Amino acid sequence: MKNSVIEKAYIVSGLPHIYLAPERSPGWNSLNQSYQKIRQEIETINPDLILYFSTQWLSVLGYMFQGNPQPQWHHVDANWHELGDLPYAFKVDTVFPEIYSQEVSELGHNTRVVNYEGFPIDTGTIVAQMFLNPDNKFKAAMVSCNMYSEKEENLRLGQAAARALERYGKKAVAVVVSNLSNRFEIKEIDPGKDQISSNKDDEWNRKILEMLEEGDLEDVSQCAREFSRQANADMGFRGIWWLNGLCGESNHFSGDVYDYQPVWGTGAALIGLQPTVPIRARSRVECANQEEASQAEMVQSLATREGSTWAAPEKAIPNHTMDSESPSVSGPSVQGQKIDSAQAPEPVGAYPHARREGEWLFLSGVGPRKRNSKVIPGVELDDQGEILSYDVVTQTKSVIENVKTILESAGSSLEKVVDVQVFLTNMKADFPAFNAVYAETFAAIGATRTTVEVNRLPTPIAVEFKVIAKL
Amino acid sequence: MGKIIAGILAPHPPHLVYAENPPQNEPKAECGWETLRWAYENCREKILEQKPDVFLVHSPHWQTVVGHHVLGLEQFSGLSVDPIFPHLFRYKYDLKVDVDLSLAIAEEGKNIGLTMKVMSNPKFRIDYGSITSCHLMNPAWDIPIVCISSNNSPYYFSNEVGQQEMFKLGEATRKAIEKSGKRCVLLASNSLSHRHFTTESEIPEDMSYEHIYHHGQYLWDMQMLDLMKQGKSQQLLDVLPEFMDMTVAEVKAGALAWMLSALGMPEYPAKIHGYGTVIGTGNAVVEWNAERAAQV
Repeated sequence: MKNSVIEKAYIVSGLPHIYLAPERSPGWNSLNQSYQKIRQEIETINPDLILYFSTQWLSVLGYMFQGNPQPQWHHVDANWHELGDLPYAFKVDTVFPEIYSQEVSELGHNTRVVNYEGFPIDTGTIVAQMFLNPDNKFKAAMVSCNMYSEKEENLRLGQAAARALERYGKKAVAVVVSNLSNRFEIKEIDPGKDQISSNKDDEWNRKILEMLEEGDLEDVSQCAREFSRQANADMGFRGIWWLNGLCGESNHFSGDVYDYQPVWGTGAALIGLQPTVPIRARSRVECANQEEASQAEMVQSLATREGSTWAAPEKAIPNHTMDSESPSVSGPSVQGQKIDSAQAPEPVGAYPHARREGEWLFLSGVGPRKRNSKVIPGVELDDQGEILSYDVVTQTKSVIENVKTILESAGSSLEKVVDVQVFLTNMKADFPAFNAVYAETFAAIGATRTTVEVNRLPTPIAVEFKVIAKL
Repeated sequence: MGKIIAGILAPHPPHLVYAENPPQNEPKAECGWETLRWAYENCREKILEQKPDVFLVHSPHWQTVVGHHVLGLEQFSGLSVDPIFPHLFRYKYDLKVDVDLSLAIAEEGKNIGLTMKVMSNPKFRIDYGSITSCHLMNPAWDIPIVCISSNNSPYYFSNEVGQQEMFKLGEATRKAIEKSGKRCVLLASNSLSHRHFTTESEIPEDMSYEHIYHHGQYLWDMQMLDLMKQGKSQQLLDVLPEFMDMTVAEVKAGALAWMLSALGMPEYPAKIHGYGTVIGTGNAVVEWNAERAAQV
C-alpha cells in the first residue's frame, strides 16, 4: 500500500509446540498449517523488513533492539526443552534498530542495541521467524517488551516504530508475537486433548477475535486491560498496544483470523490486519495530543456486540477519535477530558471552556465576550476601560449564546443543562431584566438555578454563568 | 547419612561477577559492589572449609510452568549472556552436575505429589542466575552442582500457595540429600527487595549512583535480616508474603522458602555476611550453618 508505514500486521502465537511437535495435537497441527498461509502472504508482499515485537523478549531497563546482523544459536526453551531444539541463524537489519532506538531514546527511555554473540533471542521470536521467514528472504528487526510498561508507554513505543519506519522508507510488515489468554495447564496433559483452560478464557478470546476480524484494533486496545484481567492475557496484552500505536490507533483494517487453537491451555491464534487506509507516522506532538483523548476504556462496544455475556457500565462512552473523524481546524479541540471550543471567547486564565467527567460536562464561568474581539456586547467603556454604560439584556443573551456554543462543541446542547449558577454585579438593578431574558431560553429546559450578587467579575461585565450539563 | 551443612541466601546480580573480572567473563570492570563481593568471599571461605560435596541452587531465572525441573546430565558448557545486562555478563561456563542427587530429588518430589521433570537436553543453556550464585560461592567450579528450576506457582495462584509448594520441595530436597550420604550446601539465589532503577550510569561500576531504591524498601530489608539474625524462621516466613508484595521481592520465586524448609525451619541465628544494593535492589549474603549450629 502506497504511503503506508506497514503493509500488513500479524498477531501470532510463539509457542514452540506448534513448530516442534505438531503431530502431538490436532490443534497444534492446525496452527502449524495455518502459519503457512501467513508465510505465503508475506512472500507475496515481499517486504524489506519484518518487525517483531515479542512478549517473550522481556526487558526491565527501557528497551532493547537486536543489532547483531547474523545472530545464530542452538536454542532450547527453558520450560519446553523436551520438545526439542530450535537452532537458528537469522539475518537482521542493522540500520533500522539504530533509527528506532533513537526515536525511543527521544521519548526518554533507556535504550540498548544489542550486538553480542550468544545474546538470547526469545523462543517466541524464533518460532515466528522459523515459520514466516524460514529462508531469511527478508531482514528481521526485533524490539523487546518492557515488563513494567503500561498502556501509554507501549502506544508510544509503537508510534516511535511508525516514525522510524517512515524515516527508513522501507516496505515493512509488523508481527506481534503474543498469545491471547495465557493460562497454561500446570500439570502434564495429553496434548491430544488440549483445550483452553477455562470457558471464560475461551469466551474472552473469541470476543477479541471477533473484534479483530472486524478490523477493530483500536477497540481491542481499549479493551486490553479488561481482557487481561479476565483471561490472563499474555503479558497484559501489551503487544496489542504496541501494534495499535504503530498502526495509528484506528479501526481501519480488514481482519483475518487464520486460526485459533489451544496450546497447553492457552489461547493461541494467528491473526492478520490489513490496513484499509495508509498508515502514516505521527509526530511526537501529534501523538501527545491524541494520548489524552484515549483514556476511557471503550467497554460499550464490547457490551453491545451480539452474544456478549458480561455487563458493561450503563452508557459507557467511547472517548477516542478516529483519523477519519478528526476535528477540522475550526472545530472543537478535545484534549482528554478538557474541552476548548474554537468559537467561544478565549479564556482569560489557565482553564478550559469545559471539562468532561464521565457523562457530565462542567463549564467554566461564561461571560458575554465574543471570540477574537475586545468589544463586549452591551458594554460601553471609556478610554480608561471604565464602564460608561451597560445593557444586561444584551449581555445575558450573549452569555447564553456562548454557553450554547461551548455545549455544542462538546457534543451537548442547551436542552441538556442541569444546573446554572448566575453571578450578577448589580442584583437590585439587573435581576428583573436578566430574569426575563433567562426565562426565554431556560423556562422550557427546567434547569436548577442559583443567582448571587458579586462585587466584581474579572472583566468589565455584569453577568456570568456557571453551567453543569449532561452529555 | 547425607546432610545439609549450610544454606546460603546467595543473590545473583551479574554485576558482582562483572566487578570481579574472572577469566570466564568477557566484559571487564575497574571495581564495584565490594561490600557484597567481600561478603561472598567471607562466606565462601567458611563454607569451603567444611568441604561440601554438592552445591544445590534454586534460581528464579530458570522459570518453568509445568512443575519443578532439575538438570539431568553430568556436564554442561557454553556461553551465558544475561538478557538484561548483556554488557556486563557474557560468561563461559563449564560445570558438572550431580545427576544422582538431581534424580533423587525429582523422585522424592514425585513421591509427595509434586510435578517434577528432568532436563536432559545437552544443548540447554544454564540460566545466568544459577551461574552467578554458583560462581560467587565457588569460582573454581570443582564441586558439582544441582540446579532446580523456579516453578511459577506463586505467580499463578498466590504467595501463600507458592510458599506451600516450596515447603514441599524443600522437604523432598532434604530427604534426597539424607539418603545420598553427601554433604550439601543450598543456595537460595534471590535478592531481597527488588524495586530497581530503570536507568544506568554510564560507567556501570560508578558507585556514586548506587543506593537503595527507597527507604521503605530498606526498612523492609532490615526487618527481614533482623528476623534472620534472631533465628526466627517461622516469623520470617509468616511475613514473607507481605514482604514480597511490598518490595516486589525476588524471594517470591520461592528459593528462600525452599531452603528454610529443607533446613527444617532453623531456630539458630543466621550470619549476615553483608548487605548492599545493586541498581537499587536490596541484596544480602546470609548463611545458616546447620553443621556449626549443631556443634554449638
